[in-house]
Amino acid sequence: MFMTNIESVPGKTILTCHGVVSGSTVRAKHVGRDIMAGLKNIVGGELKGYTELLEESRNHAIERMQAQARQMGANAIVNVRFSTSSVAAGAAEIYVYGTAVTVG
Amino acid sequence: MENLLLWVFLVALGFFFGRLAESRHYRSIVRREKEWLHLPTTTSKHPIGDAGDMPPIARSRLAHGSVVVSIDYFKRMLAALRSLVGGAVQSHETLLDRARREAILRLKESCPDADQIINLRLETSSISNGSESSIGSVEVIAYGTALYFERKQ
Repeated sequence: MFMTNIESVPGKTILTCHGVVSGSTVRAKHVGRDIMAGLKNIVGGELKGYTELLEESRNHAIERMQAQARQMGANAIVNVRFSTSSVAAGAAEIYVYGTAVTVG
Repeated sequence: MENLLLWVFLVALGFFFGRLAESRHYRSIVRREKEWLHLPTTTSKHPIGDAGDMPPIARSRLAHGSVVVSIDYFKRMLAALRSLVGGAVQSHETLLDRARREAILRLKESCPDADQIINLRLETSSISNGSESSIGSVEVIAYGTALYFERKQ
């Protein structure tokens, strides 16, 4: 599956467009990680646990989007966009969307 | 009284370790930015360079890098004081600057063999810790399309 965040796949031509595909996950923070993050909040710096958690959920959302595109018979997704929002205290939503196309 | 002591302790802890961590982080960012100068990154949708003598693009892929950074206790207190009088909140400016530069570096590190990264986009979101409405920690994602040119044999 080709994925780009520009309007085309370089070196290929778009044959058909299948429409918008998207994938999302809502992840809650882990209690152990939350305590560590609380401590880290005092001294500042990177919260590695959260970085990993969000990275993991982003990959999960991408997989869901790719599965949807495959179901439509597409072999590429162009114009991919990411967005993150915190829906509730302690939970974050990761949303990925793009346009499913067939390239050749 | 105990609460006040705890608060002073936390602020002092944040002041010393936060400073140390920030200067260390900045040193590492500057060093890595120099290392990655050979990988041009642009927000434009077309590769940089003269179109005439550019090798054809062999393949491309979506690359991303992200980071979650939090502010220390001392700077949080400074920001709270600053919000009383208004003006530039410098402690948050450095936090966001560090987070963005780190995210771009991670994006570059995720595709070491790429020749160019085009259409770079940055997305920032604040991860609230529930009770506080102020910025505690921010997440920055950097993403773009990594291009691999055809190698001349």
